[in-house]
Amino acid sequence: MSKPKIATTSLAGCFGCHMSLLDIDERILELAELVEFHKWPINDRKSFSAQCAVGLIEGGCCNEENVEVLRTFRSSCDVLVSVGDCAIMGGIPAMRNMVPLEECLQEAFVDGPTVHNPTGAIPNDVEIPLLLDKVYPCHEVVKIDYYLPGCPPPADTLWEALVALLTNKPISLPYNLIKYD
Amino acid sequence: MSDTPETRRIVIEPVTRVEGHGKVTILLDDEAKVKQARLHIVEFRGFERFIQGRPFWELPVLVQRLCGICPVSHHLAAAKAVDGIVGVDTLTPTALKMRLLMHHGQFLQSHALHFFHLSSPDLLFGFDADVNERNVIGVAAKYPELAKQGILLRKYGQEIIKATAGKKIHGTGAIPGGVNKNLSLEERDQLLSDIDQIMEWASGAVTLAKDYTLEHLDDLSGFGSFESNHLSIVRSDGAYEIYDGGLRAQDAEGNIIFDHVENEKYDEYLAEEVRSWTYMKFPFIKEIGPEEGWYRVGPLARVNNCDFFDTPEAEKECKEFKGLTDGKPNNITMAYHWARMIELLHSAEKIQELLDDSDLQGEDLVVTGERRDEAVGVIEAPRGTLFHHYRVNEDDQVTMANLIVSTTSNNEPMNRAVQKVAEDYLSGVPEITEGLLNHVEVAIRAYDPCLSCATHAMGQMPLIVELMDRQGRIVDRKIKG
Repeated sequence: MSKPKIATTSLAGCFGCHMSLLDIDERILELAELVEFHKWPINDRKSFSAQCAVGLIEGGCCNEENVEVLRTFRSSCDVLVSVGDCAIMGGIPAMRNMVPLEECLQEAFVDGPTVHNPTGAIPNDVEIPLLLDKVYPCHEVVKIDYYLPGCPPPADTLWEALVALLTNKPISLPYNLIKYD
Repeated sequence: MSDTPETRRIVIEPVTRVEGHGKVTILLDDEAKVKQARLHIVEFRGFERFIQGRPFWELPVLVQRLCGICPVSHHLAAAKAVDGIVGVDTLTPTALKMRLLMHHGQFLQSHALHFFHLSSPDLLFGFDADVNERNVIGVAAKYPELAKQGILLRKYGQEIIKATAGKKIHGTGAIPGGVNKNLSLEERDQLLSDIDQIMEWASGAVTLAKDYTLEHLDDLSGFGSFESNHLSIVRSDGAYEIYDGGLRAQDAEGNIIFDHVENEKYDEYLAEEVRSWTYMKFPFIKEIGPEEGWYRVGPLARVNNCDFFDTPEAEKECKEFKGLTDGKPNNITMAYHWARMIELLHSAEKIQELLDDSDLQGEDLVVTGERRDEAVGVIEAPRGTLFHHYRVNEDDQVTMANLIVSTTSNNEPMNRAVQKVAEDYLSGVPEITEGLLNHVEVAIRAYDPCLSCATHAMGQMPLIVELMDRQGRIVDRKIKG
């Protein structure tokens, strides 16, 4: 029997949750015994070619590309987990929800103290995905099966949850694994 | 760019084994020659605007959420600026050394992550090796000892960060005017017990990167390479420095453009150009201008710019590195890896030196001063010079924030590297394979871009579509680029 497959992605996040996953250190090699890493930022697979048992989502949705990737993960993963505060509730990037997006762009490209922009023109290109009006948590876009909170969730929390999911055991997270700052 | 009969568009999306989100587009003409190749960053955060109104003391913990890979960089750059806001120019020895230890811990973990987890598969298996093997799990299967060393080097750096910042990712150690903890004897002894092993592995990593570079020098010299200016901070005596120093810039030949520039004056020397054809800003040296004034930052620029390292092992390696180009700046893109590993060794040496310093057990953690309303914090992050500039009002709220993150400074160099590799390897080729496309990513990876950081200031002016009901109330709103 082939090993179950796992996939991960970072949407509107900072990669801190992925770093926390790497903080399981040597256990990453144990994890590689349990699962096959199908599509994640640490290898060069650009798209899904098989159904995955577990998908981990870091970050919320701030543009149309995030939404597309999240929907692809939903359809390609049996179990989908929102990992970290940004996936679960938008996190720090969702602070922009309090400010009109135009003002954020104006600050970055026109008003900033080191900006050199004689024409005042703001760049525009079709290669950039459409920005959403707000930053959305993942469960407002697709069904999410599990939530692992934290900024980021500690490595041991990720380890316990993943091993339980991959070995079909109930997830048991003692107090010290869900206690934060 | 939509396809036309004359133009073929190739896209690499997402760029993998880098931190953050990016994509590359390559346009080929009807003779399959590369017309254009660009690196795009596809997200926008808007930090500079949405942190306005927040209390300034939040900055070191808030702004570090730009990036989970090098949060310590933003934590410390913001903390240095916030020190200025609370009127503190000199920290206590304990506070300064705790921050230095945290910073060197971060260099160790970040450089180990980049070299072993992300880049080593290209160097060990070849740029066009089988995609199923060309990753860290493949490295672990074929070179288990090397993979273990990489994982444990990174782990040690993360343990240093935890001991100094309280947490491995997004810690809280630096506070306005100082730090919130010292290093206990128990923590020190725990860390000291592994340092000899770390030093040995760090030396091995330099040898690996150096031997790789020298053995493949004929192929690597031209790979994605070009002459450029180089920018970093240096200590007042010209020594390599990552926490506190003046700005130095030199040209491709080694002529000094400016030197020992005070951090507060950064905006008199540097500006960021907005160009109509792309949405990522392009920092440049003002007196040279946007066309020629762009520069490289990061390990290559720092090793090129410093006169010496103040630790013996790194200095020995630095001399050998500089010897390759007779003391002139090295402009080989792939030499970033070698320079990065020299820095990793230096950080291991510095950690050893700091752990033996009893100031880390001092009790005097915070100083206060006379409140100011504006401050600049500049440090060297693992990926290059990082600028944080804030203004605050009398209610302690942030009114202005300007961030020039390291990866943004390498925007022009990375785009040039992408263009050069695309022209050299993809132009006129009958079939563009996955392995050939990976060559483009190899050149990007040399710069260790942190596209998470860089997303803070990317974006485009939106076209706003509002759907209103009969009363003119907005029921839906979409913003399109």
